[in-house]
Amino acid sequence: MLRPVLIAFFLMMYGPAVTAEPSDVYSFDTQQEEQRFHNLISELRCPKCQNQNIADSNAPISKDMRDEAYQMMSDGASDEEIVGALVARFGEFVRYKPQVERRTLLLWATPVIAVLIGLLVVAGIVIRARRNDETGTALTDEERERASRILAGDSSDRTS
Amino acid sequence: MKRMFLFIPVVLAAVLGVVLFAGIGKDPNKLESALIGKPVPEFLLTDLHDEGRELDPELFKGQVSLLNVWGTWCPACRDEHDDLVWLAEEKGIRIVGLNYKDNRDDALDWLDKLGDPYQVSIYDPRGRLGFDLGVYGAPETYVIDAEGIVRHRHVGVVNEKVWEQDLEPLIEQYREKI
Repeated sequence: MLRPVLIAFFLMMYGPAVTAEPSDVYSFDTQQEEQRFHNLISELRCPKCQNQNIADSNAPISKDMRDEAYQMMSDGASDEEIVGALVARFGEFVRYKPQVERRTLLLWATPVIAVLIGLLVVAGIVIRARRNDETGTALTDEERERASRILAGDSSDRTS
Repeated sequence: MKRMFLFIPVVLAAVLGVVLFAGIGKDPNKLESALIGKPVPEFLLTDLHDEGRELDPELFKGQVSLLNVWGTWCPACRDEHDDLVWLAEEKGIRIVGLNYKDNRDDALDWLDKLGDPYQVSIYDPRGRLGFDLGVYGAPETYVIDAEGIVRHRHVGVVNEKVWEQDLEPLIEQYREKI
């Protein structure tokens, strides 16, 4: 009675773990190397499934790119060399972090420009408010007196 | 002056509209090849029809060619095949085939049955040349000039419209330069 239940239980527990095998396994000498490889492939974009990096993508082209990155890393290439080699084949598109150059300058500068525009707007509002203060939109003594009379409930002073 | 400021949102909306409108209809899946203006990458691969014959980029020298990347596993390649045969037979275009990540027997079978539009067929079972070319989805078709320089890449099916609009003018242009 208990055995089938136990078997079913273990199947449920371990079934998915057994079937979900990683599609490709790379071996590294050190943890740092593994981390470096992972960082590298997380920053490269898959040309086929365009909103995924090659670390997450199952597309064959992503596997080819991971293999190439791994191979080059094993041969002692630097990160820049690996990314450069892939960019030479697939174009700037595969970089998630575009390089700062003339073509991408506006892209990188946009946040700074937006903040500056915001500061200008705030400064403009503040300056205008100050200027209004100085040019005397505030109440004169006579007006203030009248206002306090109205607030005190003396309706005889109301103009309307 | 103050009234002018009221128009700023309208102007911003109009500018944004123009920018977004310009993007409508553009296919983000079509990427410009990184190899435009560069020579076809080095390779040494065998002829699909003859295991003993080795091919290298020299085969592009001397005439303008189309380089068509295909595989029997690729349904869209089946779609464009008849058009390639038409180009080769009716228009006399030199098409070089790059059989990509495929199996020699299957590929030969396919060409036997459907006709062979390729003057030369490169066999690239592991996709090395495809990778170096930056192929990310078959079918892809490249215009290669008589010096072996990549001039254009078309991603997707070649049909009469693509031929007339993109490929034919380029082929004419580079043929004149020989």
